[in-house]
Amino acid sequence: MAAGKRKPLVLDFEKPLVDLEDRINRIRQMADENGVDVTEQIQQLEARATQLRQEVYTSLSAVQRLQVARHPRRPSTLDYIQTMTDDWLELHGDRRGGDDMALVGGVARLDGQPVVLMGHQKGRDTKDNVARNFGMASPGGYRKALRLMEHANRFGMPIITFIDTPGAWAGVEAERLGQGEAIAYNLQQMFKFDVPIICTVIGEGGSGGALGIGVGDCLMMFEHSVYTVASPEACASILWRDAGQSGQAAEALKITARDLKQLGILDELLPEPVGGAHSRPLEAANTLKATILKNLQELQALPPDQLRERRYQKFRRIGYFTESGEAPRPAITE
Amino acid sequence: MSLFDWFANRQKVDATAPEPPEREIADGLWTKCEACGVMAYTKDLKANQMVCSNCEHHMRVWSDDRIEQLIDEDTWLPLDTGVAPVDPLGFRDRKAYRDRIKEAQAKSGLVDAVQTGQGEILGEPLVLGVMDFRFMGGSMGSVVGEKLTRAIEHATNQGVAVIILCASGGARMQEGMLSLMQMAKISGALERHRAQGLLYIPVLTHPTTGGVTASFAMLGDLILAEPKAMIGFAGRRVIEQTLREKLPDNFQTAEYLLANGFVDAIVPRTQLKKTLSQLINMHRRPESKVAVGSATGHNGTGSELAGNPSQPFNESLNGSASMP
Ligand SMILES: [Zn+2]
Repeated sequence: MAAGKRKPLVLDFEKPLVDLEDRINRIRQMADENGVDVTEQIQQLEARATQLRQEVYTSLSAVQRLQVARHPRRPSTLDYIQTMTDDWLELHGDRRGGDDMALVGGVARLDGQPVVLMGHQKGRDTKDNVARNFGMASPGGYRKALRLMEHANRFGMPIITFIDTPGAWAGVEAERLGQGEAIAYNLQQMFKFDVPIICTVIGEGGSGGALGIGVGDCLMMFEHSVYTVASPEACASILWRDAGQSGQAAEALKITARDLKQLGILDELLPEPVGGAHSRPLEAANTLKATILKNLQELQALPPDQLRERRYQKFRRIGYFTESGEAPRPAITE
Repeated sequence: MSLFDWFANRQKVDATAPEPPEREIADGLWTKCEACGVMAYTKDLKANQMVCSNCEHHMRVWSDDRIEQLIDEDTWLPLDTGVAPVDPLGFRDRKAYRDRIKEAQAKSGLVDAVQTGQGEILGEPLVLGVMDFRFMGGSMGSVVGEKLTRAIEHATNQGVAVIILCASGGARMQEGMLSLMQMAKISGALERHRAQGLLYIPVLTHPTTGGVTASFAMLGDLILAEPKAMIGFAGRRVIEQTLREKLPDNFQTAEYLLANGFVDAIVPRTQLKKTLSQLINMHRRPESKVAVGSATGHNGTGSELAGNPSQPFNESLNGSASMP
């Protein structure tokens, strides 16, 4: 896993933009020192920078979006929670002997309303990343998440989940403690809850590790977030037998928000500030909060049985196949 | 997938085994056990459900064999055989997904990687799903998800148990996120089945990995496994790469899961039919109840079970609903 390497803060495709911004700063500095008026030039250059930023960010490839989604400065679960909510209290522990720092959760007020929030938590720096296992949760993390969801259900609080993980942790201890079972059980239990569940892919949605807190009434994704069945790197090494083909795999797997909207998987695409959520985190948080509140209002109008039925039917519809209908079929009691 | 390693580990050739004539090996009259190397008369081996009588090694069998081994004669009615795969993403790796589908279909004679149907096991009615590793490694895409979901819904409507024989490398990457979402879809259907107080038993066979392990393989009321089956969430190689160390030999085997509390029992293939029928029978409620409402109806707790007089199964199937 490449997660151990410290990634550059400037992405390749952002380079021309960063260069231009540097140039603007240098001119401004020189003008200040020499007392020359360069307002007009600066304005021109800034207009160009804005245009360039727009161009770059509206035509991102799947691989580039993957880079944005994994950007070390991209707002994390705790960043959003702390920005959006009041009275936040993080709650710890799976009550089975552990507290997985890679999956955090707690209670808070969202626009006055008590809610339970949780999500994968990547580190904010290298040390933090090690403690949080780069956002790759262990079985205990999924069990903690379930415990918090059950708590929410018991007290009629909506469940808000944030997805941001390269995948569930793949290690000996995770296998021994039943990583598969932990995720599977969450998938099943999430269909049972009477309270609204809103899931948002804020960064990287990595496979089963993402889905483990991803079964809800409404799936939202930020514009540059990705959600994938297998990491493009893993997919490339299996299907292309060459991990170097991960760019091709990223395109082929259809991992962007727009793709997933078309496939009928994504319910709500959240626009990001030009330059990505990391360039204006507060703006991204505002969008996220407003959209959660909008969807909550709609979902809370439904009685619990309708809500669960709607949730089931939402997933029930997903999939593409043909059906010739040539085979004999017993009548199913309608 | 470390299938090769798995087989390699088990190759302890028994030098004392008699060598049958080469011609007969070529004709398939004899089959060599991959584990102990002993030659067995293929007919005998088949009669023993492809379990080596020398070392108890469970050789690969396919979905047709499984159905034949488990289901009472003349009770099998396949479900949703017309559901066939498409290529929703226009996926192409070294080969186009469309071509992979055609090849797998031609090679296996299957439409996709699962067969579903209803039938009886020693007189016990049930809905059965059998995954088939021959078809693209038993991978789960839209068809596997849809067929299993429909089978579970059918069982919920009929008020019968579900058994799924798992054999899968995980989610089918060629259908991208559609495959991942099948995990949730099937789990949701199982939740509804469970809410009606009905029994679900997955049987984990070699190999059961990835997305299948992280969904319906681990959601049984009871979970059975075949001896020595490889069962795990993450690939062995992935873990080895992360840790840079060799893993213990029994890692991710049925026995390892049993020891760690994730499997109820390891059942040899030759005992599976009897065990399943006994379990289904034991878990039948005093008065067989058929759920009211359709698959799309309200799904709540077990308290909503209708107290209908028992009409345990589609009567047109077997004429009578005879219970032992
Ligand atoms: Zn043998």
